[in-house]
This record gives sequence, C-alpha cells and structure tokens, in this order.
Amino acid sequence: MITELTSSERQYAAVILVVMAMVGVAMAALGRSDPFGVHGVIVLVYSVGLLFLVLSSFYAPEPRTDRQASYYDDPIKVGIALSMAWAVFGMFMGVWIAAQLAWPTLAFDAAWSTFGRLRPTHTTGVIFGFGGNALIATSFHVVQRTSRARLAGQISPWFVLLGFNLFCILAVTGYVMGVTQSKEYAEAEWYADLWLVVVWVTYFILYLRTLARRKEPHIYVANWYYMAFIVVVAILHIVNNLAVPVSIGHAKSYTIWAGVQDAMVQWWYGHNAVAFFLTSGFLGMMYYYLPKRAGRPIFSYRLSILSFWGITFFYMWAGSHHLHYTALPHWVQNLGMTFSVMLLVPSWASAGNALLTLNGAWHKVRDDATLRFMMVAAVFYGLSTFEGSFLAIRPVNSLSHYTDWTIGHVHAGALGWVAFITFGSLYTLVPALWKRDAMHSAALVEVHFWLALAGTLIYVFAMWNSGIIQGLMWRTYTEDGTLAYSFVDSLIAMYPYYIARAFGGLLFLLGALVACYNIWMTARATPLIAGSQLDLPDRRPATGTAPSPAE
Amino acid sequence: MAVEEIDAATGHATTGHEWNGIKELDIPVPRGVLMFLIITHLFAVIWWFVMPTWPLGTTYTKGLLNTDQRKIVAQKLVEASAERASWSDAISNSSYDEVLSDPRLMDVVKQTGHRLFGDNCAACHGRDGKGGKNYPDLTDHDWIWGGGPEAIAQTITTGVNSSHAESRVSQMPAFGRDEMLDPAQVRTVAAYVHSLGNPTDSTPKTIETIAAGRQVFLTTCAACHGENAKGNSDLGAPNLTDDYWIYGGDLQSIIATIHGGRQGHMPTWDKRLGPLQIKILALYVYSLGLETP
Repeated sequence: MITELTSSERQYAAVILVVMAMVGVAMAALGRSDPFGVHGVIVLVYSVGLLFLVLSSFYAPEPRTDRQASYYDDPIKVGIALSMAWAVFGMFMGVWIAAQLAWPTLAFDAAWSTFGRLRPTHTTGVIFGFGGNALIATSFHVVQRTSRARLAGQISPWFVLLGFNLFCILAVTGYVMGVTQSKEYAEAEWYADLWLVVVWVTYFILYLRTLARRKEPHIYVANWYYMAFIVVVAILHIVNNLAVPVSIGHAKSYTIWAGVQDAMVQWWYGHNAVAFFLTSGFLGMMYYYLPKRAGRPIFSYRLSILSFWGITFFYMWAGSHHLHYTALPHWVQNLGMTFSVMLLVPSWASAGNALLTLNGAWHKVRDDATLRFMMVAAVFYGLSTFEGSFLAIRPVNSLSHYTDWTIGHVHAGALGWVAFITFGSLYTLVPALWKRDAMHSAALVEVHFWLALAGTLIYVFAMWNSGIIQGLMWRTYTEDGTLAYSFVDSLIAMYPYYIARAFGGLLFLLGALVACYNIWMTARATPLIAGSQLDLPDRRPATGTAPSPAE
Repeated sequence: MAVEEIDAATGHATTGHEWNGIKELDIPVPRGVLMFLIITHLFAVIWWFVMPTWPLGTTYTKGLLNTDQRKIVAQKLVEASAERASWSDAISNSSYDEVLSDPRLMDVVKQTGHRLFGDNCAACHGRDGKGGKNYPDLTDHDWIWGGGPEAIAQTITTGVNSSHAESRVSQMPAFGRDEMLDPAQVRTVAAYVHSLGNPTDSTPKTIETIAAGRQVFLTTCAACHGENAKGNSDLGAPNLTDDYWIYGGDLQSIIATIHGGRQGHMPTWDKRLGPLQIKILALYVYSLGLETP
C-alpha cells in the first residue's frame, strides 16, 4: 500500500495525518468530557494509527516509475474489506435491535444500548459503512476500467476512503454516547458533517479528473450514475446539515431550519438519500457488473437515457410524500405524490433494462449464483420502486404510514436490491481484482444466495403482515364510533412478526459472514492466473479533451 | 472506434461503443414503456387540475375540488362526534349509578374504556390494570384514595403529588434517612408491620421486637396509617394489614420504605383527557374491580 507511493507522496500523507492528529488534540482539549472531546481522542488515535502505518514504510524503496501503466487497485481492495466489516457490524446491530423489539430486556438496562441509540448505528453501519464503502470501492474500479485510465491521484483515493470511514466511526460512536441531530439518516453532528464535506468534495474532484483522463470517447452509463450519486449527495448533505453549534467545544448543534420547513428539508434529504445514495450509486454498480458477468450487451442505450434523466429529475420532487397528513400544506403533499407516481416508469425502465440484458444469458443465471444475485436485485428494485410509488399515494399512505409496512418496504429495497446487487458485484469484482480464476468456493456463493434470499423474504413478508395488521388495527372503529384497539393491543399483535423479522435478519447476517470468509479465502489462498496483464489502462493520450472522430 | 455490430441473440445492432468489453444495443424504447409513461403522467396532470398542487407565490392552485386536508379533518371530527352522540350525551348527563345500571352504556364504557386505559394508563398500571412493582393494582379492591367511581375520577383528574392545584398529596417521610427513627427502630417497626399480615412471625424469640415495633408504630406511623394500621384513604395512607403491597411486602422492602420514604407520583389527566373520557375511565377502572373476585 504505502510502497506504491513515492517518497514525496509519503511525506504529503504524513503531513495530512499530522494535521488531522493536531485537530484531534484541539478537539479533545476544547471538548474535555463532552462527547466532542471523546471524538477528538478518536480522531487522534485514528490519525496516529495511520501515521504509524505510513512511517513503517516511509523509507521503503521507491515504486516502479511506470505506475500509470497499471490500474490503482489497492484502495479498492481495502474498500472491499472495510465494506464487509461494516456489513457484519451493521447487520449484527440490526439483528440485535430487531430482537429488542420482541424481547425488550435485551437492552440490558443501559443507556447506550437502548433502541433509540442503537438504531442509527444499524442504519449508518449498513447504509454508509457497508453501502458507502462498496460504492466508493466499485466506483474506483468502474471509472478506471470504463475510462481505461488510472485514478487521477495517488493519495486522494486513500483520503476519500479512509476519511469516509472516519466519518462513519465518528457517527456511530456518537450515537451510543447520545450524540444526534435527530434527523433520520443525518444523525451525525456538525463537526462530522463538516469533515464529510471535505472528504466528499475530494471524491467529486478525483472522479471528475479521472473521467477527464478517459481514453474512450463516451462516458459509460455507470459513470453517469456514480456522478449523480456523488454530486447530489453533496448537495443534500450540505443543505440538510446547515446548523449552528452551541459552542466550538460541544457536540450539540441546532439546525438553521425551523418547524415544517425543517421537516420538509429533512425529507427532501431523506428521500433523495434513498434516491441518490441507495439507488443511483447502486445502479452504477449494476450497469457495470451485470453485463460484465452476463457477457451480454446492455439491452437498450435509449432506455438507459430515459431512466437516468427520469430518476434524476423526478426524485428531487418526491420527498414530501414522507409527510402526508402532517402539518405540511396539502398542496406540497399532492405535488410530491404526483411526482412519485411519475417516477415509477423511469425506475422500472432501469429494472427492465437490467433484466432484458440477461436475454441470451438465462442459462448463466440458472447456474451462476453471482449473476443470480444481480438478477434478484433487479427484480427487487422493480418491486420496491413500484411499492414506493404506491405507498406515496395519499390514501394508501394513510394506511401504511407509521406502520411496519414502511420498514418492510425499506428492507425490500435495502436487502433485496442494495445488498443483493452489492454482493453480486463483489463476487464479480473480487476474483478480477485479486487476479483469480473465480471465487474460492462457488458452493459458498450459492449458500450465501439462499441464506440472503430466505432472510429477505422472511423479513419482508413479516413486515408486510405486521404493517398491514397495525394499520388496520389503528383505524378499526367499534359500532359505537370509538377506536377498537389501544396501541398496546397492536404491539401485542406484532410479537410473532417481530420474532420472524429478527430471524430473517439473522439469516441475512449469516450470509454476510459466509461472504466474508469466501472473499478472505479468495484473496489469500487461490493461485494467480495467467493473462492478468490484459487488465491494463490505455496508455495513449486522453480522448476526453479532444473532439472524437467517432462523433 | 465506433464499430456497430449485430448481436446474435437479439438480432439488433450495438451502438458501436465498447467499455472494457461492455457494449450497448441500439434498441428503441419499447412501446409499452412509453405507454405507461404517458398513463402515469396523465394521472399526475389530472391530479394537478383536481387537487391543490402547484405553488403560486403566496398562494397555490386550489384545484377543481377546492379541497383541503384541514377542512376534511374538521368535517370528519363533526361526523365522528355526531356518531357518538347516541351514547356520549347519555353518559355525560347520567350519574355514575345510572350508567352502572344501564347495560347498554356499560358496553360502551368497557369498549371505549379499554382503549383509553390502554393508551393512557397501561404504561404504569399494566394493560389488565394489575399494576406491578411500584405501581398499584387497580383490580384488587385495595384502594389508597377510595374505590368508588367518583373517587377514582377525582384521582384521575388531579393525579397524586402532581402539578395540579388540587392534587392529592401523600408523602411518606424518610424516617430512617432523615433520622426520625434510629436504625434499630426502623428494623423493629418493620418487623411489626411485617407481622401484621404474617401472624406466624410472632414466636417467643421475636415477640419482644414486635412489641417494641408496635410502640414505635403507635407514636410514629399511626397518625396516618391508623392505630389498627388499616390505612386512611383521605390521606392516601395504605392499609398495611392486607396482602397488597405497592413497594413490596417482604421485610427488606418494608425496611427500605421506612428508611427512605415513598413519594408516589401519578400525573394529572385534567388537561389531557376531557370530562367524558375521565368519567368513562373511572367507570371502566371501577368495573375492573367488579369483574375480579
């Protein structure tokens, strides 16, 4: 890793880490016993740890001079490892809090382990830790291969990857100490948010510069989606997290948005985090690894255009459907609802484009669990985008809102779509990256597939049932015109479904553990294959800047 | 670079580009997709005409239906209260005894009371009203503040040690901690109180301790709990001779109670629930006791 850097790059890396360590010291001094001070110590330990890593190879021989002749794969490998580590952490937290809902004593009477604090460690762990690292790693891989150019930086890929993980660590450790902005999926406090802005802008510039180096006349579809993911997440993150800290030494801040505007900004953020983090980024993944694995051309370039611009345009308007029947004005709700309906066909166009790409390769889907992961992901993508538009319709939402149906819908997307496309992509990427013939064990991929599918189906069916039962119980009136059930009655009715949900989640977690083992063994044990020198960048000058004759 | 070729599986041409082995087919957007696109957009456009949707500076398009969620809710509230008028007026205007003797009204009380109790009282008193440690059982006929429906309604309205101006007030002092009794006295009076419900405590060995405890009780505790220790519902002093204990009836718990005192708290429901809801709840809680032998 460090030996790939020149000695001047090693110096830059050391300087950055020393500055970060000093920021950590300053935070610890200013914050003292406030969680802000604890986070200062974490920043310090993180930076000093990495500094030791840099210094340990500081005087190692210079790397070979023709680095440009090969792709920059080290950050991708580390990103995959981090992604899987976060997957295990985040999914374990998910299983734990799912079990807490069925058996509340599993909070063990401590403050840090209450549902309210652990729940964001689960969501941040799986969305940002697992999903985010997988997106960063695959985007580095896809942009290099589809541009036939090496990443446009030597330190910046590491800065993006490790800086992003520092954000995740600050977020998660903050939650257990009770630090939160109380904004769903944006719980991390102001200093962590500021840090993420620095990291994300670096990511954006790195991506643009790499694309500018491309040797292909056209930018491939997958890169459109990764770019949309990077750009829009930056916008969402900055606007929703505008806040004023109570003091420079405290973790607590107050948002600059007030009342119903705050709610609207939050759900504009929340919904587009689903759109551009959990959808756009992973569509980028799908557009590369699915045709690659299937060995088939994309079904329709024109359909790609239609769905890309449809998703990018319509999603931005749809956030208000999270606030149906609230203090938000009726017209805003209706506007969000209509855009949610118009969003359906562009979403389905992506799912359809993926599934039709498999025409001519269905025998591979049958035999290859990796490709089947991606096929099932496309099916769940279609399913959950239909469900999303459906639940956004106000009368439907009056039944589903605040019930477990929402949780079921989210997990159909998060497990069935996001995690399935990620695992399919990683099983395609890992052997290619480590230059192996195939994964260590095809049988274990098969085991993982069935564990994941069974877990997802059990989870989603349990939540559909419990959500609809909840919704119906809450609106059932007696002949005398009063509500038939108390809230506690509906909770008791949920009990068996909560057990089933925890079990489904457990199966999914077991699958992720199997994947960790399989990826580890692939990276460690299998012999190299010949012919890997074919996977190299194009050394000719970039075409991105010159007019292309192919136009 | 852009060399179009024919894909054998579909018979369609590619766009001629290639990215690390990935190609794209030049297939037009399928008709079905366009049709569904038009249908969803038509739905949206119709909705825009019919419902309030688009902002216009300081106002918004009202839509042909000229509807609004606030109007709808206000109307639904009127309809709902009209639907309940058949029994709500009767309960409001009748005495507790009249409602108790009317099976039709008591059916309503039980159904509505179950929901009100579950949403407001169950967090402390349990879904079945049987309470738990530190929270009184409402079904056991042992009432601290009186068990008639009027007394129950009063307790619900004002709460106990609450912020309500006329709150029921009951504070058992911390006799041990505040040094009104020395540790030996705390133990002897606890032994006496324990023996009230457990006659077998009295053995030749313990008889002197219990007798000493009784003396302490008469001078210190009887003012509230009464000489016979049967309590006083005007002061909220519990009966100590029965099997019902809020804070535990074993010797250790009794010592802890006498040492540290007890200041139970029940919130006032005056502002949160209306008079009709409190009346229904009082009747419901009263009926819980009637159903328990």
